Amino acid sequence: MSPIPSAQLSTRIQPAATPPELLRNFCIIAHIDHGKSTLADRMLQLTGVVDARAMRAQYLDRMDIERERGITIKSQAVRMPWAVREGGDPDDTSAPLVPYALNMIDTPGHVDFTYEVSRSLAACEGAVLLVDAAQGIEAQTLANLYLAMENDLAIIPVLNKIDLPAAQPEKYAEEIAGLVGVDPSTVLKVSGKTGMGVTELLDRIVEEVPAPQGDADAPARAMIFDSVYDTYRGVVTYVRVVDGNLNPREKIVMMSTKATHELLEIGVSAPEPHPTKGLGVGEVGYLITGVKDVRQSKVGDTVTNAAKPATEALGGYSDPKPMVFSGLYPVDGSDYPVLRDALDKLKLNDAALNYEPETSVALGFGFRVGFLGLLHLEIVRERLEREFDLDLISTAPNVVYEVTLEDRSVVTVTNPSEFPGGKIGEIREPIVKATILCPTEFIGAVMELCQGKRGVLGGMDHLSQERVELRYTLPLAEIVFDFFDQLKSRTRGYASLDYEPSGEQAADLVKVDILLQGEHVDAFSAIVHKDKAYAYGVMMTAKLKELIPRQQFEVPIQAAVGARVIARETIRAIRKDVLAKCYGGDISRKRKLLEKQKEGKKRMKTIGTVEVPKDAFIAALSSDGAGSGGKDAKDKSKK
Amino acid sequence: MSPALPDGIPVPDDGALPAWVGAGPEGAGSDDHAGRDFGVYLHVPFCTVRCGYCDFNTYTASELGGGASQASYADTALREIELAAGVMERAGLASRPVSTVFVGGGTPTLLPAGDLGRMLAGVRAAWGLAPGAEVTTEANPDSVTPESLAQLAEAGFTRVSFGMQSAVPRVLATLERTHDPRRIPDVVRWAREAGLAVSLDLIYGTPGESLDDWRTSVEAALATGVDHVSAYALVVEQGTKMAAQVRRGDLSLPSEDDQAEKYELADELLTAAGLEWYEVSNWARRATGDGAAAGPDPAFTCRHNLAYWRGEDWWGIGPGAHSYIGGAASRTDQAHVSSDRPDGPQGASDDPAAPAPGGREGVRWWNVKHPRRYAALLEAGKSPAAGRELLTPAEAHLERVMLGVRLREGLDLSVLSEVGRRNVAGMVAAGLLDGRAAIRGRGVLTLRGRLLADTVVRELTDG
Repeated sequence: MSPIPSAQLSTRIQPAATPPELLRNFCIIAHIDHGKSTLADRMLQLTGVVDARAMRAQYLDRMDIERERGITIKSQAVRMPWAVREGGDPDDTSAPLVPYALNMIDTPGHVDFTYEVSRSLAACEGAVLLVDAAQGIEAQTLANLYLAMENDLAIIPVLNKIDLPAAQPEKYAEEIAGLVGVDPSTVLKVSGKTGMGVTELLDRIVEEVPAPQGDADAPARAMIFDSVYDTYRGVVTYVRVVDGNLNPREKIVMMSTKATHELLEIGVSAPEPHPTKGLGVGEVGYLITGVKDVRQSKVGDTVTNAAKPATEALGGYSDPKPMVFSGLYPVDGSDYPVLRDALDKLKLNDAALNYEPETSVALGFGFRVGFLGLLHLEIVRERLEREFDLDLISTAPNVVYEVTLEDRSVVTVTNPSEFPGGKIGEIREPIVKATILCPTEFIGAVMELCQGKRGVLGGMDHLSQERVELRYTLPLAEIVFDFFDQLKSRTRGYASLDYEPSGEQAADLVKVDILLQGEHVDAFSAIVHKDKAYAYGVMMTAKLKELIPRQQFEVPIQAAVGARVIARETIRAIRKDVLAKCYGGDISRKRKLLEKQKEGKKRMKTIGTVEVPKDAFIAALSSDGAGSGGKDAKDKSKK
Repeated sequence: MSPALPDGIPVPDDGALPAWVGAGPEGAGSDDHAGRDFGVYLHVPFCTVRCGYCDFNTYTASELGGGASQASYADTALREIELAAGVMERAGLASRPVSTVFVGGGTPTLLPAGDLGRMLAGVRAAWGLAPGAEVTTEANPDSVTPESLAQLAEAGFTRVSFGMQSAVPRVLATLERTHDPRRIPDVVRWAREAGLAVSLDLIYGTPGESLDDWRTSVEAALATGVDHVSAYALVVEQGTKMAAQVRRGDLSLPSEDDQAEKYELADELLTAAGLEWYEVSNWARRATGDGAAAGPDPAFTCRHNLAYWRGEDWWGIGPGAHSYIGGAASRTDQAHVSSDRPDGPQGASDDPAAPAPGGREGVRWWNVKHPRRYAALLEAGKSPAAGRELLTPAEAHLERVMLGVRLREGLDLSVLSEVGRRNVAGMVAAGLLDGRAAIRGRGVLTLRGRLLADTVVRELTDG
């Protein structure tokens, strides 16, 4: 008999009328390429909410970038019906079937979105810990697992991709059983690809995830765990009802802002939106109020009823705080208005994105943009370029510094060029707690790297004989620089990294400026540790010498801390720029060459009198300097 | 092996020119076609060996097959001359006597002097030679004798340009030139005795060439007493054997600074010996009179090459040869500032009967490269042209500046756009354009400016 509840059974699990004991709210904790979306697809099929015909791979990943890169940026919630035999034995056909409504909350899988993950976890009573049977657990999964355990979620350990020839289910079952504290034999083995074991997993969710609890008679309290902008419907807010209930057409209040909205629509995703008569205790669904900006519907906020408001908000809310800043500039200055409009549009759907206009001597008009982290930066940049056809230069990412001057006034620096001159009392920089998982053979290499990045070892644990977990406190600035690339290259790709903000510390930092022919190039200024200023100066001047073509005059490139020059290179004047031979047969070719050069000249930024190709900015600001964020996104060639 | 032909639009089978070429403001068939000279270039695509640096359209005997032998080449070229005369006549261009003829290659002197003479006779028969016409042939120092040179003079040649390249055996070996440098003074003397004007071609910047080697070469050229020297920086073109040697690391390229230094040395030595630059890479003996200010004696310059830089009309005969016929109303020193492109060449009407499309400034075309295909097309009575371009005003303007500024007589600055004119002062201040000439309205490069001529062109065609 099908575990999909019959029509008759389904009447017992109608939205707004499902008793909490028939609800199960769970999420899946997994590393980005461990097959979470494929498993979710299989669940949608097995529970009958999406038929095979309508199925498309990774159904829940809506954005193109998500599907292409195989990562989930925004979470979604899906309500799925399921039935199990009373008593839990599927073979006991004499026992009546009991219908359940399962809400699967698909969590984002990247370090930049820790806060969103924590809110998704807070909406659940259980979590499926999904680990690739060929790879074992990764650092981010481990961090999210700890988070789930702190939230007292029931953990169901599952090994995925057991159909792969390279799978080592025994080995990794032992590893995750050790982490969760269960017997390795209880670890479920599934294949999202073939569907093997997925039915058992659904049964196990009903069996092990506790039913939600709440006070149905109390004033309504629902937690927002996601908020998505839809061009046609405005903001769609995903909530988990804790107490009371929410109903169509009533007025609701956002408790952090006290803003009141009318509920135009309320419903559940299955996974297409289905309007319902409301949402009751423990239920998960969506609200539409007609607001146009996700900032009016913040993740973590509590929704209550305006007529009968709750007095106390649910805990855990905090405003998204940008951790990494970068200047974004259009390569073609006339695209500035396009960039501004594009950011305004992205902002509607990204509560963590914030930006202010900024002017750079070198790059012209642009924006200083704050991001949750490097992946967030990369995604925003990629969307701007792809969806709005923009050609952008982004400056090297930097963190936020608190600079206390001698007169005790404090300056917050989000752009190195704003770094105050003069006497400085103290500089504080953000630090993170980092977790690194790696095979034991690389412990030395990882420790050496962390040491070089001003890391402080907090502890080390063996996950198994071959794998170790290292915990470090590191300056965030060191991580946004080139940490991840180096970690990967020093461990042949085997290490994984997770980190979370952990306050700030005082540090001996200086600003290194780069001067071209005596002109300060603000885009290249960087705040670095005093001991690394020289290395940065040498690296940047050498790089620029390679990237900037020779000019009609000699161009000195200097790196300076304050007035002190710490590194210098010279671009010698060009002496020859002429084609010696130009006869009848050469003319067309020569003219076309000049046309191309003139075209290239349009892609030059003039600093003082020095012409710098925009590509030189891009090259100088990328590679070593930045952009390691998305490297752990799925490698498409692997598929 | 030679550089790829440009991208262009197709040419009608009969080679017909667009009708607007012949339709000037004074009506079709004006006597001198907007006052331009007419020159003929004859390409001879044969060599005994291919030099490692050479990317010209030339073939050794073994590379060619039927219908394209050296023996039948003169006859094939004569067919194109005949076709050319017909095409120009049908375009309404009244016959102009030819001012200059230049036979290049390849190694023209690989052909018997009689064949070269027959081709020249063909030119004379088709258009006539203007009184005092300049008739040049290139020659390899090891492929001439006193007799063959006398025969060339007999046939009507007035000038010979020898590919000397260097006086240093090691450098010649790197270039894979086979001639004996000790022959140079002899061949120059023989040519002069035959009544021919003589030019020597030199190449600087060959891998392994020292500054002293270069000095030796320039001095050796001057010691022959020649009245004309061309000196070119070696350019290693893609697809040549030398490019492969450089890629493999067997040869290392000289730096641009080294080339600049050698150019400056050449100019110094040549000027001291009484030769004056008249184009970036060409020097000719000074006119008697007020010293350097007098400039080169026009009698010693190469008028055929000047025609390229001045935007005159010319027809290139032979495989891979380029040709250019200006529009009825255009001429190099005529003010023309328009920079709009009415339509791209691809989209332009190419119907030869169509009236002049908005502001076409001239037509350039180029023949198929391979001698066998070239011969086959002519055999079939078809034009050997592979493609052509119809110059827009903006393209014509860029060419005018790019070519005109190479000359000592300079560029008429009034042809520049407003932005271009504004940039003149900056170029003078940077020491690239001569200030006194600029005041007279001419853009004349300084010595430093000659080495940075492309920079100057980009500045003057800004905006």
